[in-house]
Amino acid sequence: MVDYLLLLVSTVLVNNFVLVKFLGLCPFMGVSSRTETAIGMSFATTFVMTVASLLSYLVNNYILAPLGLQYLTTMAFILVIAVVVQFTEMVVHKTSAKLYRTLGIFLPLITTNCAVLGVALLNIYQQNNFFESIIYGFGAALGFSLVLVLFSAMREKLASADVPAPFKGPAIALITAGLMSLAFMGFTGLVKL
Amino acid sequence: MSILIAIIVLGSMCLLFGALLGYAAVKFKIEGDPIVDQLDALLPQTQCGQCGYPGCKPYAQALADGEAINKCAPGGEDTIKKIADLLGVDVQPLDESHEQDNTPKVAFIIEEDCIGCTKCIQACPVDAIIGAAKQMHTIIIDECTGCDLCVAPCPVDCIKMIPIKTTTHNWQWDLSSIPITVLENETEKSTMINDQKELMTNELGA
Repeated sequence: MVDYLLLLVSTVLVNNFVLVKFLGLCPFMGVSSRTETAIGMSFATTFVMTVASLLSYLVNNYILAPLGLQYLTTMAFILVIAVVVQFTEMVVHKTSAKLYRTLGIFLPLITTNCAVLGVALLNIYQQNNFFESIIYGFGAALGFSLVLVLFSAMREKLASADVPAPFKGPAIALITAGLMSLAFMGFTGLVKL
Repeated sequence: MSILIAIIVLGSMCLLFGALLGYAAVKFKIEGDPIVDQLDALLPQTQCGQCGYPGCKPYAQALADGEAINKCAPGGEDTIKKIADLLGVDVQPLDESHEQDNTPKVAFIIEEDCIGCTKCIQACPVDAIIGAAKQMHTIIIDECTGCDLCVAPCPVDCIKMIPIKTTTHNWQWDLSSIPITVLENETEKSTMINDQKELMTNELGA
């Protein structure tokens, strides 16, 4: 139990996917201009990441590994992720037209969010078992959501701040992201095993 | 042999997932695009065409496809705010090329100048002008939405837009139809005031 908790904390804070591993930067920059959108994106990504890491574990261990087809992992995982994203898109479109419009193109782009594929592949390289895979996926998504929402809140404040002309727009956003990344480096050493 | 297995395995996975998505597509089917109807309900239904679309419904459709939200002159800032809220985009000021002033107006035909050309009748989207060829025309004030469209076609410039004076007859007595937010408690009130202050400083800064 403690192991699982440690794994969760370490994925969310210490090995944060966005700020420490630098995965999933496209939605991090793209969807963070409004907090509301960022929260919607966080929920969608959390769902996709958790389900995709669960399914990709099953696909790898019960289909690919017994047949010796591990060289197909990347291809098979992209297939799994695409299906989960497509399914999520249908459900979101049906349940919340507003969220669907807010997320717009970013919803299908979760397919190409490298953090999602990254979680699935890292689960295999780290030889995580079934529950560890789910927790790793969920933790990665939680970490992604955390920094995305924090970052969007900062960008909303930045929008009304007096920024020097050369730094306006994406420049100041990237600098902020860099500073956030530095701050998250501070979590290294939080968990000692 | 192993390639054959790989093809079969991936192929059957594709088939399985495809079937799943096909089932989901049927299960979560959406009739029409509800967002267009919601947008249409927000627009003022003057059918004036000042946005460049032939009416409110086509503009609602265009909005759903990503058209700029600041083109509805009769709706003014209020409508823009509501549309922005529904679509989850930022509020924009009313497009400069469209009329800024949205005080209610009504068209008025200077009857001694009218030559009875019927051009304004064809332009009127709400059939608020009566008259026939070579007969003097006049406006049905209660039908006129004040959309301006009859002004341009008139060859003798005999149509004026006059603002409607507020009288006890046209004053909106029914206060419940005017959107008023009742603030429940002090914290909400103070955040509201702060928001307004922030908005004002932003506007001053810009």
